[in-house]
Amino acid sequence: MSLLKVDGLSIRYGDVTVVNDLSFAIDNGESVGLVGESGSGKTQTALAILGLLPAQAEVSGDISFAERPLLGMSEKELNKLRALRVAIIFQDPMQALNPFVRVGAQLRRIVLQHGLAVGEQARARVIEMLERVGLPDPERQFNAYPHQLSGGMRQRAMIAAALMTEPELLIADEPTTALDVTVQAQILQLLEEVRKDTALLLITHDLGVVAGNCERMLVIEDGELIEQGATRDVFARPQHDHTKRLLNAAPRLDRADIPASATGEKILEISEACVSYVEQGHGTLQAVRNVDVRVRAGETVAIVGESGSGKSSLVRAALGLVPMQSGRVVFCGAPLAGLVQDRTRETRRSLQLVFQDPLGSLNPQMQVTKIIGEPLLIQGPDMPAAGRQKRVTEMLEKVGLGAAFLERYPHELSGGQAQRVAIARALILKPKVLVCDEAVAALDGTVREQILGLLREIQLESGLSIVFISHDLSVVRAVSHRVLVMYMGALVEAADNNEIFGNARHPYTRALLEAVPVPDPEHPGGKATLSGEVPSILSPPSGCAFHPRCPHARDICSAETPLPRTINGTSVACHRADEL
Amino acid sequence: MRALTDILARMRQNRAVVLSGGLLATIVVVSIIGPMISPHDYLQTDFDNLLHPPSAADMRIFGTDDLGRDSFVRTMLGVQVTMLVAIVASVVSLLIGVTYGAIAGYVGGRVDAVMMRFVDTLYALPFIFFVILLMVAFERNFLLIFVAIGAINWLDMARIVRGQTLSLREREFVAAARLTGVSTARIIFRHIAPNLIGVVIVYVTLTIPQAILVESFLSFLGLGIQEPQTSLGALVDAGVNQMEGASWMLLIPATLLAVILLCFNFLGDAMRDVFDARSSR
Repeated sequence: MSLLKVDGLSIRYGDVTVVNDLSFAIDNGESVGLVGESGSGKTQTALAILGLLPAQAEVSGDISFAERPLLGMSEKELNKLRALRVAIIFQDPMQALNPFVRVGAQLRRIVLQHGLAVGEQARARVIEMLERVGLPDPERQFNAYPHQLSGGMRQRAMIAAALMTEPELLIADEPTTALDVTVQAQILQLLEEVRKDTALLLITHDLGVVAGNCERMLVIEDGELIEQGATRDVFARPQHDHTKRLLNAAPRLDRADIPASATGEKILEISEACVSYVEQGHGTLQAVRNVDVRVRAGETVAIVGESGSGKSSLVRAALGLVPMQSGRVVFCGAPLAGLVQDRTRETRRSLQLVFQDPLGSLNPQMQVTKIIGEPLLIQGPDMPAAGRQKRVTEMLEKVGLGAAFLERYPHELSGGQAQRVAIARALILKPKVLVCDEAVAALDGTVREQILGLLREIQLESGLSIVFISHDLSVVRAVSHRVLVMYMGALVEAADNNEIFGNARHPYTRALLEAVPVPDPEHPGGKATLSGEVPSILSPPSGCAFHPRCPHARDICSAETPLPRTINGTSVACHRADEL
Repeated sequence: MRALTDILARMRQNRAVVLSGGLLATIVVVSIIGPMISPHDYLQTDFDNLLHPPSAADMRIFGTDDLGRDSFVRTMLGVQVTMLVAIVASVVSLLIGVTYGAIAGYVGGRVDAVMMRFVDTLYALPFIFFVILLMVAFERNFLLIFVAIGAINWLDMARIVRGQTLSLREREFVAAARLTGVSTARIIFRHIAPNLIGVVIVYVTLTIPQAILVESFLSFLGLGIQEPQTSLGALVDAGVNQMEGASWMLLIPATLLAVILLCFNFLGDAMRDVFDARSSR
């Protein structure tokens, strides 16, 4: 007998069908992954199960939970069911928690409302639950407001809220997408530990997450279920073409498609870079401390780190968008002025940036032709309009879009198309160095592959150097020659791609690598070897910033800041690098 | 030239634009042509026909006022003056306010602080007192009214634009423009300003009725347009005095004023959609 049975579910908004004839079942205690790219109807399906779709959605088909039909159930019955037997966790816990009510009070309300306990016992029950989800110091967190918790802790609190009534089914909609990889590993592991007999429907775009956490998986494309089966079978023998495409597009840690190292001459050197921001009322925030980066011609250098590691601040300072507190940037042998507006036209065109959010980086009121053409107009005002137009069209074709896109506005582009336009704008000036700041993080797997392929092609063709910033190690593995790992504003390790991924020396790098979910059910990765989260950068730990989370920390680690030293070509900043 | 054709197409598709814009255009055209066709003159007094009620005979369609002047011609003149005051005052406040606000917001830091404290200081001046002083110090003329109204309205505009600019300048497309070498002036006018259009248009449509009301209010107080020139506000003022015997003297200009104000409000709301590229398709 299935716990949840979805039969022929279709969801339509007017003429648009978002989910079409979807059927699947979930048994008691089972964990099922629902995989698809953005816009494939994953979240709509979850909302339909919970009866949370907006009124204008037309729903047909059957959904039954424990043999009772859900569609057509009265709001009152549905509420009772949702409260006690089905729970959901969303991607962004900040939006799911009420910012004005203390975390403990929000959880206690659930306990009281369902008569699970009363008075002092309700409080005890909440604290016990907070402890179970691994919130440190639950007595104190009980009285904290949501904004006082970190992202990972908020997601833990959400899990506590969801499991409070011991539901039979837990729906998790991209529960770790907004979290850093080490925290993601912790949360996924926690979900597995605490859910006990609760069945789990895990909605995600990340095949690595499914491989490590689900017994069965469903693949949907454009609202249709195209494949389902045991996770191992689907990974080993995918039947549908789209599933194969998804699996091929999923980057993995065990292979790199790039030659070992580039040997061109040094063209960009950042030395002893420090960046700090003054936070009103909080003192100075040291975002980057003493970082050195060298980039050779034709080389891809990846900078990896979790959020707040200072990787974006570093490149923004190097590009001159934010002031550098101290340090030097040398480009082709000549030192660069601090801010971009003080640099020469020639150096400005040689250093370009592609952003994470493709739509945010395009002016919504400008057409594609103007967006790509503007740099040309600025750098070469004498060029005739027709010549400029021709260059723009050529560039558009080069990034895989045709002349048909010239007159479009950004809102008429998909995420992948917009990112191509952003790349075209950056490349039309024929820069020497292209900085990609999480340039593929917001894109779906198949689109990400295309964009990475495009960058690689352009690099081979023109000898472009790329500085690739990412939190996603599997992408870094696939594209970079050299990898720099940052933690709390400092460089902890720098080495060639194969060295980092095969023979990491810094404990933080190792933990990062172990935390990456790998799309292989036999060796799924995603191990949470680090406890806790990145400390506040406003009050960094003494000595080695990593020591409070490091499993190998000794007394010296909290006392002295380790200086980078070179061991077999790897530069590593760790006191114990040679013993470990 | 898709940008322009798109805007025109969106205008044609938008019923509010077509209706209120059409009505406003009709009012303006009639106000210009009407006095030419009419046999009467706005100055000419007819002592045989004081407070003559509206009638088709002798082309007295709006009647006459207490001095026997033709109300139709005077009302049309009033519409012209009112529209002129409103549009000029709004354009003045638009130009000063958007430029000032965008510069303060984009440059930021100390420049921003000084520029905005100046705005705060001007805000603190009591407006009516300021206008009365101007009127006393200089001769009363048209220009002064525009200046007075524009000089007050741009303050709000500057504040709103600055606030928007503060958030726009942090957007990534501005960073991308800086990197490719776009100058600060070009960033402000080509990248920031077009994205302000939504807010600015809405605010201008609030300013136009506001300018009309301020002008009417000044004229009503006797500080605005001087006889024998007139405006809708001055006509309403005159109408109030004759309300009991000659209600048309109040009702006709008051109704026209109300219609014009409503049209501008509807038009502004619809123009925001028309000018935003994101609303196409």
